[in-house]
Amino acid sequence: MTLSASFSLTRDTFTLSVDLNLPASGITAVFGPSGSGKTTLLRAIAGLEHIPGAHITFQGNTWQDDRTFVPTHLRRIGYVFQQASLFAHLSVRANLEYGLSRVPADNRRIRLDDAVDLLGIGTLLDRDPQTLSGGEQQRVAIARTLATSPQLLLMDEPLSSLDHKRKLEILPYLENLHRELALPVLYVSHATDEVARLADELVILRNGSILGSGPIQQMLTRLDLPLSHRGDAETLVRARVARLDGDFGLAHLQAGDHEFIVTSGGLKVGDDVRLRISAHDVSLTLEQQRGTSIQNIFPVTVAEAAPEGDAQFMVKVMLGDNPLLARVTRKSVNELGIAAGKQLYAQVKGVAVLA
Amino acid sequence: MPAAADIAALFLTLRLALLSTFILLLLGTPAAWWLARTQWRYKFLVEALVALPLVLPPTVLGFYLLIFLGANGPLAMLGGSTLAFTFSGLVIGSVIYSMPFVIQPLQDAFQAAGRRPLEVAATLGASPRDRFLTIALPLARPGFITAAVLGFAHTIGEFGVVLMIGGNIPGRTQVLSIAIYDHVESLDYASAHLLAGGLILLSFLMLAAVYGANRRFRVARL
Repeated sequence: MTLSASFSLTRDTFTLSVDLNLPASGITAVFGPSGSGKTTLLRAIAGLEHIPGAHITFQGNTWQDDRTFVPTHLRRIGYVFQQASLFAHLSVRANLEYGLSRVPADNRRIRLDDAVDLLGIGTLLDRDPQTLSGGEQQRVAIARTLATSPQLLLMDEPLSSLDHKRKLEILPYLENLHRELALPVLYVSHATDEVARLADELVILRNGSILGSGPIQQMLTRLDLPLSHRGDAETLVRARVARLDGDFGLAHLQAGDHEFIVTSGGLKVGDDVRLRISAHDVSLTLEQQRGTSIQNIFPVTVAEAAPEGDAQFMVKVMLGDNPLLARVTRKSVNELGIAAGKQLYAQVKGVAVLA
Repeated sequence: MPAAADIAALFLTLRLALLSTFILLLLGTPAAWWLARTQWRYKFLVEALVALPLVLPPTVLGFYLLIFLGANGPLAMLGGSTLAFTFSGLVIGSVIYSMPFVIQPLQDAFQAAGRRPLEVAATLGASPRDRFLTIALPLARPGFITAAVLGFAHTIGEFGVVLMIGGNIPGRTQVLSIAIYDHVESLDYASAHLLAGGLILLSFLMLAAVYGANRRFRVARL
């Protein structure tokens, strides 16, 4: 636990009250609707917002307490804003070098060339920022930030100003970032698909307070938190490609003691993937069905169930260590006798594979 | 050919305008930066004060400057020498008179660039001074051009303040606009034409050169 932030702030009728301890590795997503205080939290950590009474420490260094306020430029953070905000008076190359040239040689861990390669902007270096598309600008902004070798990367909805196509263009680069740089990232977003693809840890913020924080799989499936009751409720399962079945174009993925079968498009043996399974695509049966077209059927144990309105229940079942969510009717809960500890079979109709 | 006195008036005017513009940019930049960034609730009072020369008749300004700088004024009483009817007095008058034309475009330019580029620079490791020099100043470039052109042009065209505090001493305080007035008074229309027409041509060339060189930037227009 090496990033901690605690403060409370009242503005007009809104109170933001935060007490956070985050691991300083991997991608932590701060998730919440707009106006929930996500950006303010990020700005306070960056030192762009001076909130009286705040306590912020990072890896043993006090960034802010009652006597200390380390200014932004000395915090060694990287910050990617919603808008790319490239310096209009500098070329793309000069933008990239702006941050780099201010980092002492000893602190340079990420080479500019590597950042340029990682974001695929090698051909843009001599252009004027104004001539780039929105997606290209944001990639330059991300590379500019990476080139400063930050110890902590803060990203404030970096994809929200982009259309769907541009988003898809950048997401793979962010996933690369995750894989290739051991850099802790705090990622603010209100888009579940980005969070599902990128995050390891999740902090759920609503109306200025933290509803929960922890590993993303837990946060998605805790029935006392709102994410498990959204229309698009889903869970994530980590798996590794165990073997490919060339005859049928399928891949066998190992997740704990269980094997998922999915279409193999582009997968290689040994790839680590995330499986995204919607609560709509999981049905529960008392006995193992035979003669079904569904490939992925697993024995599971009910962990808990929570009513949703009059007619529906959200059921959390355990597949080994991995939780799955199934949205079923109240009638089914009665007929199957669904209660904690009950042994059932889960039929998974659809699995989305995230690289 | 223009008379020697007219040539002297031309050079005196150019010297006055250049010096005033230089001083205004030097003093106006921090003032405009402060006005653009401060959250102080009474900032509007300072803005009103800066804009005052826009609305006052130049003679009002000139009158009080004359009293302030004159032989019986507070400046002289404090042991300073009188600056009325000197070139230094003209510079002080011009700086005050042209102040809004320099500070306002600079303030607008700093405000237009906004806080975001400066915040970005801070996250990239730039100190406040570094941010000011490498981000705020270059981004405000169109504002500086506008401020310099307007400050310079406005000083060349001033008449009332100069007449009040500088008088009309050829070679020392006689500027172009007053020389033209003198020629018209003495019905020497040929000399008046030469100076007035020359001033129109000079001003046009100057503005055209600046606008032409900065086609990429939108120079503010008043």
